Amino acid sequence: MLTFQCPYCGVQACETELAAGGEAHLKRFGPGSSDEDFEGYLFLRPNVKGVHFERWRHAMGCGKWFLAARCTATLEVFGTYPAQTTEPPPEIIAAIKARRPDWSLS
Amino acid sequence: MSEGRVSALGGAQSQGLVNIRDIGLQGMVSLRADLAQAAKAVEQVTGVAMPAMRAITSGKACSVAWMSPDEVLILCDHAQADGMVTALSKALAGQHHLAVNVSDARALFGLSGPEGALRDVLSKITPADLTTLAPGEMRRTRLQQVAAAIWFETEAEARVICFRSVARYVFDLLAMSAHTSGAVGHH
Repeated sequence: MLTFQCPYCGVQACETELAAGGEAHLKRFGPGSSDEDFEGYLFLRPNVKGVHFERWRHAMGCGKWFLAARCTATLEVFGTYPAQTTEPPPEIIAAIKARRPDWSLS
Repeated sequence: MSEGRVSALGGAQSQGLVNIRDIGLQGMVSLRADLAQAAKAVEQVTGVAMPAMRAITSGKACSVAWMSPDEVLILCDHAQADGMVTALSKALAGQHHLAVNVSDARALFGLSGPEGALRDVLSKITPADLTTLAPGEMRRTRLQQVAAAIWFETEAEARVICFRSVARYVFDLLAMSAHTSGAVGHH
């Protein structure tokens, strides 16, 4: 079972208390962008096996959106952080690197 | 104000491993605001200090429960809920906030019994860790399919809040979990 600590209320919430919101840190290409850029924003996902940044909502709890870094293969959670973050914070990167030395943020 | 009003299940009761009862009319006021800024107003109106994260603090007439970083739930006498909303809106004038009387949109259940049985009965229907839930902390979680909030008044008395629309479901769920043939003796 996947368990995340909600960064807003500190609860150890299992995935059944949360709602998944897909990949995090997507860059939106808005008006004036090319069709290819918008298609990429809307549809194209790397679907990685390994370290993944995701959006989750504490639906059966405080109701807040947060972001999480986890491994899609082992379900290991590297950390959670507030949704008002445009890129993975340094401590999350450090936590991932400590467990996956050959991983890098691409 | 409360004349003619009834609680969701009209004081329903169930006996089992623990006793479950519909507490009846309970005033509840939901307040959304910047909690740090609203702390003074809440204390002035309710007489209760702003609770810390996930805490529920009680005073003479009211309890205040921390719901999320920008929301508290005030439990008070049912007849005083509207007055509470007015007083809060007045105390928070000029400050971005929302105070609503949600008394009749929620249901409140009381569970009483031995501590171990209480924790067992709740553990069977929620993913929350009941082992570490101490009196004074409110845990928002789910009871099977629906959202609910759980806290312990004392070791032998627990409270459950859910939406009124799912009150019958939650009551039946608690009653089934507390069926005398379902003792697990885990806690």
